Amino acid sequence: MIQRIRTIAIHTFKESVREKVLYNLIVFALLLIGSSVLFASISLGVERLMLVNLGLSSIAIFGLLMAIFIGIGLVSKEIDRRTIHNILSKPVRRFEFIVGKYLGLLLTLAVNTGIMTVGFYLTLYYVERRLGPEDLLLLEAIYFILLQLAIVVGFALLFSCVSTPILSAFFTFCVYVVGNFLGDIRWLGQESGSAVFEKITSVVYYLLPNFSDFQVISQSAHGSAVPCHLLVSGSLYALLYVTVLISASILIFEEREF
Amino acid sequence: MPAIETIELTKDYRVGFWRKQARRALDGLSLQVEVGEVFGLLGPNGAGKTTTLKILLGLVFPTSGLVRLFERDPRDISAHRNIGYLPENPSFYDHLTAQEFMTYAASLFGLSGRERSRRVGRLLEQVGLAGGLPLRKFSKGMIQRLGIAQALVNDPEIVFLDEPMSGLDPVGRREVRNLILELKDKGKTIFFSTHILSDAETLCDRVAILDRGKLQGCGELREILEVGLSSTEVVLEKPNRGVIVALEPYACSIVRTGNRVRVVLRAESDVGQALAEIVGWKAKLISLNPVRLSLEDYFMERVQNKVGSSAGEKAAGMEPAKDE
Repeated sequence: MIQRIRTIAIHTFKESVREKVLYNLIVFALLLIGSSVLFASISLGVERLMLVNLGLSSIAIFGLLMAIFIGIGLVSKEIDRRTIHNILSKPVRRFEFIVGKYLGLLLTLAVNTGIMTVGFYLTLYYVERRLGPEDLLLLEAIYFILLQLAIVVGFALLFSCVSTPILSAFFTFCVYVVGNFLGDIRWLGQESGSAVFEKITSVVYYLLPNFSDFQVISQSAHGSAVPCHLLVSGSLYALLYVTVLISASILIFEEREF
Repeated sequence: MPAIETIELTKDYRVGFWRKQARRALDGLSLQVEVGEVFGLLGPNGAGKTTTLKILLGLVFPTSGLVRLFERDPRDISAHRNIGYLPENPSFYDHLTAQEFMTYAASLFGLSGRERSRRVGRLLEQVGLAGGLPLRKFSKGMIQRLGIAQALVNDPEIVFLDEPMSGLDPVGRREVRNLILELKDKGKTIFFSTHILSDAETLCDRVAILDRGKLQGCGELREILEVGLSSTEVVLEKPNRGVIVALEPYACSIVRTGNRVRVVLRAESDVGQALAEIVGWKAKLISLNPVRLSLEDYFMERVQNKVGSSAGEKAAGMEPAKDE
């Protein structure tokens, strides 16, 4: 089982890294991270803050774009091209296929985030001419970005099992946006005075992942370490969410006919 | 123990916007394929051939009925260790080379190391694809050959081939035919669907004919073709009008091609009288041959519901389809 999942994950990784769109996104991300030097130079007194905020935000945004653009095609492309017939006629369980696909894309995102992180640190070094212990704290923010991406890919995978790539991209993007404003949405429901609207916003609040809990960029940019309990709870939260999303994808995929 | 067995297999697809309507794709299909047989599933487009194959492979689930591959359910993946499958119009990963794709396929069967490299290399050589070209640059014939190679990577006991000759040129078709015969010699069970009847006639031990999801007939090809001694064909050269008119009462078809006229007689009992007329009119007789039923005739007869007499079927060892 492990060997088959690993084979599918490596294959998915190879497939993803040969996507041209990925390289375009990486180049744009690196350009944006590099250009943060210019923005920092015109921000007197807060150069580092500007550089870190812009650099980490670039990693988060381009990571999100990669997760959506590649994630939505994970399953639907295999179905459209009918390559799925070939895979499932071999001794591969359907859940192994889904887990392998997910892990393959997660690996792709981790590698790409790694490349962007290297670009980010090179830019930081170019500006500061040194890298201190406070710069290492920024890795915590990057780790939280990866946790967010892991959940986003889970949603992309789930939508990819039931919908077309365009709709999957739209739904995944919506989940990400709504997930970043869950607190505001709930507050809006409570203040609306409508019992139905309040109920709906409460359901959305509890159902969707709260991405704002993963937003530690600003904290890291100010040189504060993320408390250990937040690191653990954030990791567990993401793990739980991903498990639920993959399980739902498997349940749907088990009943699909090709 | 049969290699493949289906019992009263029925499949309804849900259609329409609300998926409330059912469209029956397979209707009570019962088949048995023995180990080492080459079995052809024939039928026009939309007959249910691909649905049958997909159910056998666990890609589609039956609405009712049973499927067994060496007495195992196709949803049990252990049943998949011994099968190879070539899909209809196969499509693989454009970004891979044939070698990479075959390695991927072999890894899914748990093959690794030297054994994997040996099998992949041998099969690619066998199908003539031992280069480093990416699959997006492959022709349709090359993709088909790669499809066959990947179907054999696990040295399967049962090979399912969905329209294996589709997209191949005459040379490629001959190569695939030879490959199927080689597999048969090795004792493999081959189950293939086709609507190219000449391929089935060349390769199959037994055939089943499907039409609109129903089994129209199933039997040994040798017996089907033996029993179908249906008429006699006479070829004359430069015959005059008189002999043609004289032969008309005995003929079911008269076709002129250049100087020659081909007359197909209605019945064997007419041969003597027809010959007497030919001799009487001093016409030049080129040949006189019995015409055997071809698989195409049998197929057309079954598909057009012109089912022969039960006595004929018994003689042919055919299992007539049950009328629902």
